[in-house]
Amino acid sequence: MPVPINLTPTPYNTGYTLNIMAKYVVANINEIPPGERKIVEVGERVVGIFNINGEFFALRNNCPHTGGPLCEGHLTGFLESSVPGEYKYVRKGEILRCPWHGWEFDVKTGQSWWSPTRRRARKYKVSVESSPVCGNENNNEAAETTLQKGPHIAETYSASVEKRYVIVEIP
Amino acid sequence: MAQTRTLQHEKKEPKRQKLPIIDCDVHNTMPSDTVLYPYLSQRWRRHHSMLGTPDRVGAYIPRAMPYGARYDAWPPSGQRPGSDLSFLQEQLLDFWNIEYGILNCLTAVCDMPNLEYAAAFARAVNDWQIAEWLELEPRLRASMIVAGEDGKLAANEIDRLADHPGFVQVLLLVRTMEPLGRRRYWKMYEAAVRHDLPIGIHFTGVGSGPITAVGRPSHYIEDHTGMTQAFQTQVTSLVCEGVFEHFPTLKIVLIEGGIAWLPPLMWRLDHAWKKLREEVPYLKRLPSEYIREHFWLTTQPMDEPPKSEYFQQLLVHLNVDEKLMFATDYPHWDFDAPDRTIPTNLGPGLRRKIMAENARTFYQL
Repeated sequence: MPVPINLTPTPYNTGYTLNIMAKYVVANINEIPPGERKIVEVGERVVGIFNINGEFFALRNNCPHTGGPLCEGHLTGFLESSVPGEYKYVRKGEILRCPWHGWEFDVKTGQSWWSPTRRRARKYKVSVESSPVCGNENNNEAAETTLQKGPHIAETYSASVEKRYVIVEIP
Repeated sequence: MAQTRTLQHEKKEPKRQKLPIIDCDVHNTMPSDTVLYPYLSQRWRRHHSMLGTPDRVGAYIPRAMPYGARYDAWPPSGQRPGSDLSFLQEQLLDFWNIEYGILNCLTAVCDMPNLEYAAAFARAVNDWQIAEWLELEPRLRASMIVAGEDGKLAANEIDRLADHPGFVQVLLLVRTMEPLGRRRYWKMYEAAVRHDLPIGIHFTGVGSGPITAVGRPSHYIEDHTGMTQAFQTQVTSLVCEGVFEHFPTLKIVLIEGGIAWLPPLMWRLDHAWKKLREEVPYLKRLPSEYIREHFWLTTQPMDEPPKSEYFQQLLVHLNVDEKLMFATDYPHWDFDAPDRTIPTNLGPGLRRKIMAENARTFYQL
């Protein structure tokens, strides 16, 4: 069964429109706990953001095989076998299987299992920043030079909680 | 699960293809067998409630994914993939802008040892398809389900429904009890020819013996790959038993069987016929000539040679450009996407034929 995931994009925040660098605020870090994912539309692409043990990774939701919605696939591990009869389940939660044909990809690198050098899912840079869009006036200037509007609405009502945001960079 | 398709693809608009698409292999299925109860007589309803149907339709080894389906093909209703018409319309017909889809409802009919029950079940599935699919969606056509292991019972069902415009072929599963050239099946062919209906032979089935020529393998990957053995046996049998001499207008469609294995089979058969002709003296022509005349092929799962020129060579060897017909196999896990399957270097003329025009002519759409 598919992993239930939140696919409803939240409306854009107050529109930053400078196209200097294509960085998008896609989520509050608390939205994507370890083992979870969020799929968002940014820069006319659909991108899945994955949290693996506290680290974030982003892949395009388009399988390099035949275009299936890769990021909706099972997040699983990798079954290794040195010889028939011996099995080892490794890298639990780091391997993504396309929901169409079951091709396996390393979420951290986008590499496909069967052809790591030639077949890979499009990977994007992800960073976690104390976001400038959270309403802190000191950071607004930085926001206008680096950030595109993303699908996340910053919370503006509380200054007491640390606001850290997941940023995806689309070249 | 309901939300997993909201952003299924980069483009949320339907994918507008330059070429029209006719999908020759779409799988609808019953949400549960009980939807057939209105179409079954009391005798067979009681039989079903007591005994049910075989658990795994045509499957000797469990499929790679539940119901052999794409993980994103589960409808919001939670029903089995392929059992919810509105979701099938949305995810397949609308999304890919498919002009016609041919329904191949895979049922347990071919695996039912009780042939009378199989015939009643087939009849119910067909009536259910008319009421719940064909009458609700004009883009769909359907294959007729028959109790194929009894030629007479199958012929009865063909005669009953042949005038319905929604049915465009008769459906069999490739692993049958005996090779399909055997005479027990001829009444069925006679009826098909009488009504100018093709016989579709689809991947899967259990059949009467081990699923390979030498026994039972361990894995689904062997089952899946080895299915071509069954197709090869059927092609060889239909030719060598003289079926096409008896029924010169019979048309056969091989569905989901692959295509790349066919040229070497034709070479081998032609080679053997030249030496063994006397064993089958009713064959007047090279076996490959019967094959090219009487067989159509659907493309999915597309053979993907490591270099694209190999695929072009394959088409030259096959020499059946008018008989290749595109299919997705929706909602199954080895789905072929309409925009990524047929190599673009075949040129627009041939691609157009494969994507739609061959099927339009063949199924008279």
